[in-house]
Amino acid sequence: MSEAAAARIPEVLRATSISLAAIALALAASAVLILLAGADPLVAYWALLQGAVGDGFALGNTLARTTPLIFTGLAVAFAFRCNLLNIGAEGQLYAGALASVVIGIYLTGLPAVLHIALAIAGGFMAGAAWGGVAGYLRSARGINEIISTIMLNFVAIFFVSYLVHGPLAEPPGFFHQTAMVAESARLPVLYAKSDLSIAIFIAVGFALVTAYVLWRTPFGLKLRAVGESTGTARFAGVPVNRYVFGAMSVSGGLAGLAGTTEMIGGQYRLLDFFSPGYGFDGIAVAFLGRSDPIGVVFAAFLFAALRVGANQMQRTTGLPTSLILVIQGMVILFILGVAVLEWHRRRRRG
Amino acid sequence: MEMFFGLLDPDYFAATIRLATPLLFATLGGILNERAGIINIGLEGTMLMAALTGVFGAWFIGSPWLGFACGVVAGALVAWIHAFVSISLGANQIVSGTAINLLGLGLSSFLIRIVFGLKEQQRVVPHFDLVSLPLLADLPLLGPVLFHQHALVYVAFLLVPVLWVILYRTRWGLMITAAGEHPHAASSVGIDPLRVRYACTVLSGALAGAGGAFLSLGQLHFFQDEMVAGRGFIALAALIFGRWNPVGGMIACLIFGAADALQFRGQAVGLAIPHQFMLMFPYVLTLAILIVVGGKSQGPAAIGIPYRRN
Repeated sequence: MSEAAAARIPEVLRATSISLAAIALALAASAVLILLAGADPLVAYWALLQGAVGDGFALGNTLARTTPLIFTGLAVAFAFRCNLLNIGAEGQLYAGALASVVIGIYLTGLPAVLHIALAIAGGFMAGAAWGGVAGYLRSARGINEIISTIMLNFVAIFFVSYLVHGPLAEPPGFFHQTAMVAESARLPVLYAKSDLSIAIFIAVGFALVTAYVLWRTPFGLKLRAVGESTGTARFAGVPVNRYVFGAMSVSGGLAGLAGTTEMIGGQYRLLDFFSPGYGFDGIAVAFLGRSDPIGVVFAAFLFAALRVGANQMQRTTGLPTSLILVIQGMVILFILGVAVLEWHRRRRRG
Repeated sequence: MEMFFGLLDPDYFAATIRLATPLLFATLGGILNERAGIINIGLEGTMLMAALTGVFGAWFIGSPWLGFACGVVAGALVAWIHAFVSISLGANQIVSGTAINLLGLGLSSFLIRIVFGLKEQQRVVPHFDLVSLPLLADLPLLGPVLFHQHALVYVAFLLVPVLWVILYRTRWGLMITAAGEHPHAASSVGIDPLRVRYACTVLSGALAGAGGAFLSLGQLHFFQDEMVAGRGFIALAALIFGRWNPVGGMIACLIFGAADALQFRGQAVGLAIPHQFMLMFPYVLTLAILIVVGGKSQGPAAIGIPYRRN
């Protein structure tokens, strides 16, 4: 292990313990809600755990749901390393899904490897283009990316809705959905019952690549320099605007892959409003993972496990699955609280 | 031309004003906290919690007005969380707003099922009816558009000049602007930016709460999951569109309300624009305005930046 990596260990340990403490606090606070609802928190949490990782089917479901969250989490984390807040992962996801589905349906007769590669490249580029719009507006026009990405989300989501209701609707057009992507564009399935494909490996692979780019390449170093201090980076000769544009584009591309893997890794066709908010969850996932690509993988798994386990919890105890959103919201608030308090404490100690 | 005249109908204008009202409440709230330097993307979740609390209040107390008051208080309390996390703790305001949205979405959906039960989630509660102002409502054209509305519609539109005067003509307005533009300078002349930001954020939550409670008690008459349907985000668009000015915000809300009303109207009169483009309209228009105006007038200088006492 290199010295630089070794030096990061205490930092990683501290970040991990903060995240774990916040999760414990959120579960404890939610237990009060469960009691008020007249259920037993221990029974509920046990059902949640069983439903999430209790058997192969549950674990398969959880891993399938982890995949898009890794991508959107990576997207937000990557931009955040450049001090950019990409609230637009949801829209970029739709852009990526759209491109991949179009490639998957209309480019036929290709060998599977090539077809899949094209669908992935197309999804990345479409997401990158959509994120790049926000990056361009920020670097060339000085428009805050938080504001532009909120707007771009809705534009992408409604545009996809328009397409599946009209131009891209599967003939004869009774249903508001596209046709299915060709067999050759589908990712190999790992576990058919739970829609788990090799997309999960692609996602983890991208997390490793993202970590490498951020920590080990000049591009990543300069990108983080811009994120730490724009003024200093500019003084050191980093073309800040180009890095802002680049970071938003790559971030958008990663979010686009969340759409791609949903399309070619299990859903196979595009419906409007198909994403249950993976892009917005990406903000929470990136934050829980402390904007570290490896942390993002674990955070994505946790969020997916909560969502999947919630169904079992509902069946066993009758508690609404929406409790999971409450837990997720509280995890973030507690991390904000714990992290900031700890920062103050350290500062006081000097 | 025929289609165009089909829209020149008192009902259409009345619907525009009615649909603009909840947006206007939230937009005025957003203007208040953004001018003080706090960005709150949690307006959506705040409105949802207020819509729910309004329904509970109206049902258990039996009065839509008291229900509405409950919604306003709930909005203020939710915003208080945002204020505590982003002002007292100085944490990232976007992340805090995201958490509030998750919390609002989850908690409202959870509580409606627990309190009203699965089968009676959409229980209709005591709600607001349209009020016809005597004599005025009988005016041709203007009567049905302006004077046959919910009482809260007048409240929302009256708040526009009130907030304008506060922001531009009073000492409070100066303090708010100072806290949002240059908190350190404000602090050096004896203004406490933290307190100003707190007050604005909590009040803003109350206003967003009014918008949420109006949606449930004035329009839907019951609570439904995700019933705010992006209006918290449209309010953010409207306040940027209106350049952080209450009058500009009102104009934006009316334009967006008109687009919203067109969705229903357009189908009736055979308008050829797909409804998705109507839904997209507020966002595209705001983006276009941003691009034209550029970063020159980006709103308060210190927005989103936590302030810490030295």
